[in-house]
Amino acid sequence: MEIPYTVEARPDTGVPNAKLGIWLFLASEVMLFGALFSSYVLLRTGAAPGTWPHGRVFLNVPLATLNTIILIASSVTMVMSWASLKLNDFKKYRLYMGLTILAGFGFMIVKAFEYGHKFELGLFPKSNTFLAIYFTLTGLHGLHVLGGMIVNGYFVGPGAKLWRTQPERFTNRVEVAGLYWHFVDLVWIFLFPTLYLL
Amino acid sequence: MALVDERAAHGHAEAHHEELGFWRKYVFSQDHKVIGLQYGFTALTFLLFGFSLMMMMRWSIAYPNQPIPLIGKLLKASGGIIVPEFYNQLGAMHGTIMVFLGIVPLAVGAFGNYVVPLQIGAPDMAFPKLNMASYWAYFVGGVIMLGSFFAPGGAAQSGWTSYPPLSDIAPTGQTLWLFGMLALIISSVLGSMNFITTIVQLRAPGLTWMRLPFFVWAQFVTAFLLLLAFPALQAAAVLQMMDRLAGTSFFLPSGLVISGQQLAVAGGGSPLLWQHLFWFLAHPEVYVLILPAFGIVAEVIANNTRKPLWGYRSMVYAVTFLGFMSFIVWAHHMFMTGMGTVMSTFFQTTTMIISIPSVVILTALIISLWGASIRFTVPMLFALAFLPMFAIGGLTGLPLGLAPSDIHLHDTLYVIGHFHYVVAPGTIFAMFAGIYYWFPKITGRKMSSLLGHIHFWPSFLFINGIFFPMLIQGMAGVQRRLYDGGATYSHAQGVLHWNVFMSISAWCLGLSQIPFIINLFWSIWKGKKVDSNPWGATTLEWAAAPSPPIAHGNFVEVPTVVRGPYDYSLPGAAQDFTPQHQEA
Repeated sequence: MEIPYTVEARPDTGVPNAKLGIWLFLASEVMLFGALFSSYVLLRTGAAPGTWPHGRVFLNVPLATLNTIILIASSVTMVMSWASLKLNDFKKYRLYMGLTILAGFGFMIVKAFEYGHKFELGLFPKSNTFLAIYFTLTGLHGLHVLGGMIVNGYFVGPGAKLWRTQPERFTNRVEVAGLYWHFVDLVWIFLFPTLYLL
Repeated sequence: MALVDERAAHGHAEAHHEELGFWRKYVFSQDHKVIGLQYGFTALTFLLFGFSLMMMMRWSIAYPNQPIPLIGKLLKASGGIIVPEFYNQLGAMHGTIMVFLGIVPLAVGAFGNYVVPLQIGAPDMAFPKLNMASYWAYFVGGVIMLGSFFAPGGAAQSGWTSYPPLSDIAPTGQTLWLFGMLALIISSVLGSMNFITTIVQLRAPGLTWMRLPFFVWAQFVTAFLLLLAFPALQAAAVLQMMDRLAGTSFFLPSGLVISGQQLAVAGGGSPLLWQHLFWFLAHPEVYVLILPAFGIVAEVIANNTRKPLWGYRSMVYAVTFLGFMSFIVWAHHMFMTGMGTVMSTFFQTTTMIISIPSVVILTALIISLWGASIRFTVPMLFALAFLPMFAIGGLTGLPLGLAPSDIHLHDTLYVIGHFHYVVAPGTIFAMFAGIYYWFPKITGRKMSSLLGHIHFWPSFLFINGIFFPMLIQGMAGVQRRLYDGGATYSHAQGVLHWNVFMSISAWCLGLSQIPFIINLFWSIWKGKKVDSNPWGATTLEWAAAPSPPIAHGNFVEVPTVVRGPYDYSLPGAAQDFTPQHQEA
């Protein structure tokens, strides 16, 4: 007996297995980042009055704005890659998926530049609690971006073989990878104002 | 295990899968049944190990500063004596191992994995590869935890709760504890998303939500708790790791003085933050420990009373409500932290509310016994023992849930007694019930009933011998976590004489497990052969699948469910049980 609903949706729930699975995983991720954001709130409200620095003091807002644009653009290309598969256009899929990965690289390079600059100035996680939570949150988010890039890389590389045998299943996988990528994007949308602007 | 697969492979020629090699069949298996057994044996080993740590601690409590016999030779540095620092390691690791490496993997990883797909008529879990990854992440976490005993300065020693600032400045073992915990959290997230997807997506045709066996409901709610509560500890572990490895001060307040010297850190952190994050996980975790036990006991009671569970629907509503409520009671562990009366009032109110669904479930199970012609099988004995034991555990929790009485009882042995009544004669007895109950499903053989009785009666006696005196000592104000059992405190003197009694009970409890271990292994090969449904059960795993189930796919054909889970003794039926997939 094969496991049912790996490709088609179960009629009464309306989703295939993997789509439910990724939403559950993202729910868990929401709790992870939710706990860290709550920690941020608790640490900030618990700090002695006037000691919590404004994000601008330490952080580079223009660079982060650039990164925000890069990530949002990558979410668009991610959707386009999935839509291309839906339209049966594998070449376009590879183009858009490639662009998504490229945007991921762009984000990570900008981030590495930001980190490096902080270290040059002698600003480390241990310097103060603001920098500690900044490095922890952005570091963890960076790991998530990296994870997404690996998954996307797999689907444009060796994983793409599935397209020839089971195109529908492959399209579903790309959709699931896309949901994760959008989530990572969304976390940044919250991180950017919280850390840089507030 | 070899036997299981052999029989299945030979007995059912329609299993046309290609023959897998040894490694993929038994080690890196993706079959939920093999993974369930892997979880089961690993978890039982950890339970035995965690219990052994406790038997060593009981020596120190009963006979402080005296060389421990037999194994004392291993402790060369201290001349066979359990020094306080080592006692702390034993205590922290006993708690960690029992909760995270023993009971949860046994209750969820083993029973959930093996039984849930069979009970819902599914060929396997929804994501077999993730299932395998989940087991191996658990295994790696376990190895790291065990390895931490060999780290410089020894294993984690800040209690299973790892409260900072103590844990922030503890030796390397604590870092390994955090890494091990991260592996375990990954394992449980992968496992729980798999369980939920399986239960939602892979139910057999006709198996509607209100036709699910209660065990599946219990596992379903448990999986949500694991999925949504564990990330809080993940966040906390990441922050504590930053504190320990990158020198941040998330949990270190400004101006912290240690051994007369001010700590050279930036400060500005909050030790309370850890407690909030930790208990946000660890209170739902308590329900992760107890809900699968409820599920097993419900199955065993319905089967051995030969009548439907009383109030099945109320039990389902109660367990769901309990799942929601368990997320908003966590700070009742923190009444003593000075978080204020407003917070305390909120959390003691929610705590009183959450006791209601537990009572609903327990009451339904007790009323289910009413008017039944009970079969006193070995699993039923354990299930019946569960009821009063869990009741003691639950009722002793009420004074801890109310801030005024908690102030007296906080951090005393009363807390330990309460918690262990829930988890040891509660959950672990339910686990034993489950092992005796589902053993014929796994092997096609029954465990020896005589050895089962020799296992049950002394265990029941001695486990109470350990934990009941703890309640007495705790009410007298004796603190927990004392390596000498309170010998140096004047207020403890009146109840100190219990320590030897409790320790002897603990060691006798250890001896009482020997018949179980013999029974388990002896019955795998020599147990009495039985047909596929020896208990006359109604649920799919017994009624619709061979014992042991087919290696790939479980069922010969997909059953179509036409009725609820506990149609025992239907008037006019040919037998006293009517399987879920059978028309009347």
